[in-house]
Amino acid sequence: MSAVVAISNADRIRAVLADVPDPEIPAVSVLDLGIVREIGVDAVTITPTYTGCPATIAIEQSIRAALDANGFVDVAIATTLSPPWSTDWISDEGREKLRAYGIAPPPKGAGASALKNQTLAECPRCGSSNTEEISRFGSTPCKALWRCKACAEPFDRFKCH
Amino acid sequence: MDAVATYALRLGDDSLILGQRLSEWCGHAPALEVDLSLANVALDQIGQATHFLNLAGELEGKGRDGDALAFRRDVMDFTNCLLVEQPNGDFAQTIARQFLFSHYQELLFTALMASKNATIAAIAAKAVKETAYHAVLASDWVVRLGDGTDESKARMIAGLDWMWRFADELFAMDDVDAAAIKAGVGIDKAALRSSWDTRIDAVLAEATLMRPASRRPVLGGRVGRHSEHLGHLLTEMQFLQRAYPGATW
Ligand SMILES: [Zn+2]
Repeated sequence: MSAVVAISNADRIRAVLADVPDPEIPAVSVLDLGIVREIGVDAVTITPTYTGCPATIAIEQSIRAALDANGFVDVAIATTLSPPWSTDWISDEGREKLRAYGIAPPPKGAGASALKNQTLAECPRCGSSNTEEISRFGSTPCKALWRCKACAEPFDRFKCH
Repeated sequence: MDAVATYALRLGDDSLILGQRLSEWCGHAPALEVDLSLANVALDQIGQATHFLNLAGELEGKGRDGDALAFRRDVMDFTNCLLVEQPNGDFAQTIARQFLFSHYQELLFTALMASKNATIAAIAAKAVKETAYHAVLASDWVVRLGDGTDESKARMIAGLDWMWRFADELFAMDDVDAAAIKAGVGIDKAALRSSWDTRIDAVLAEATLMRPASRRPVLGGRVGRHSEHLGHLLTEMQFLQRAYPGATW
């Protein structure tokens, strides 16, 4: 077996998925968000972020299209609800991408405990923690509206979930 | 449908009808933030409904999926509680309905995470996190309106007064519940009442509001005896599938 062949199908599928953007936050991939739970030989298992997330079907369609385009026509997509998706599954890289995109990432490990979002968000523009929540529900189910009191800019915060 | 399928159907119908009601606010709410909030809560409810109704259809085994159950049943086949079909009224009335229902739903889903039906347990575990947000949102508004101006307080009192008569039905138990409990799938809803009372009373106290006077509870939604309001809701929700049966995107 040559070294080239040693790249497994799972790794190749992973590389394909790393280029599939989230339809509502295209700065991050479905891998960054932790939507992809398992990459098997013949199936990719994904989980929805929010029960009512309207992007769930779009995400599945984009993954299907990417798999097909890269020769993985026979790889199925399975959906699982359990265990429920948590913002703790967003990768470190994903968090940095969110910040660079202008969305304050959720604090790591806060998914279970910080439901009430008591920790202050860090302004993705100036880095100040002198911020306040405007509305817990924002432009998409996963985001809340915040405002920075230092630089006066409004910004989205990825909700702890 | 057997008792377990009916149990899933009831869960789905509650979420579906409340989601449809809330979506009526889209573009009409008093402020942009409120509009976004209510639309998001509606989406969560409709997402829950999709899962529960798909399950009910699977358990029934007659080839009906969630869409068929949502769009091709008539009013007397719906099993939602009467609370969720109540008209939105003004914003305070909508908040009153959400307040009473979301605290119930959060307690219900917390308990249903232990259901022996793996799908119900999974939906509950996922949805309970969202429902907790809904309960906080509604409670915050009960306090803001209740402890607000004379006008907002009067409206909050009127909204709660209207919705209160439908609260008892949330905790009412019947043969379907008993069979679902026996199967290890359902939970004792009556046992949630004291926790619900504690939560509701705490928020009402903060909102400087009195608990509405007890009145004769209105029941019947679970067995298809609905108010006139539900039929009107369905005419809008089901219009497309009634006009163009089987239409798909
Ligand atoms: Zn700033």
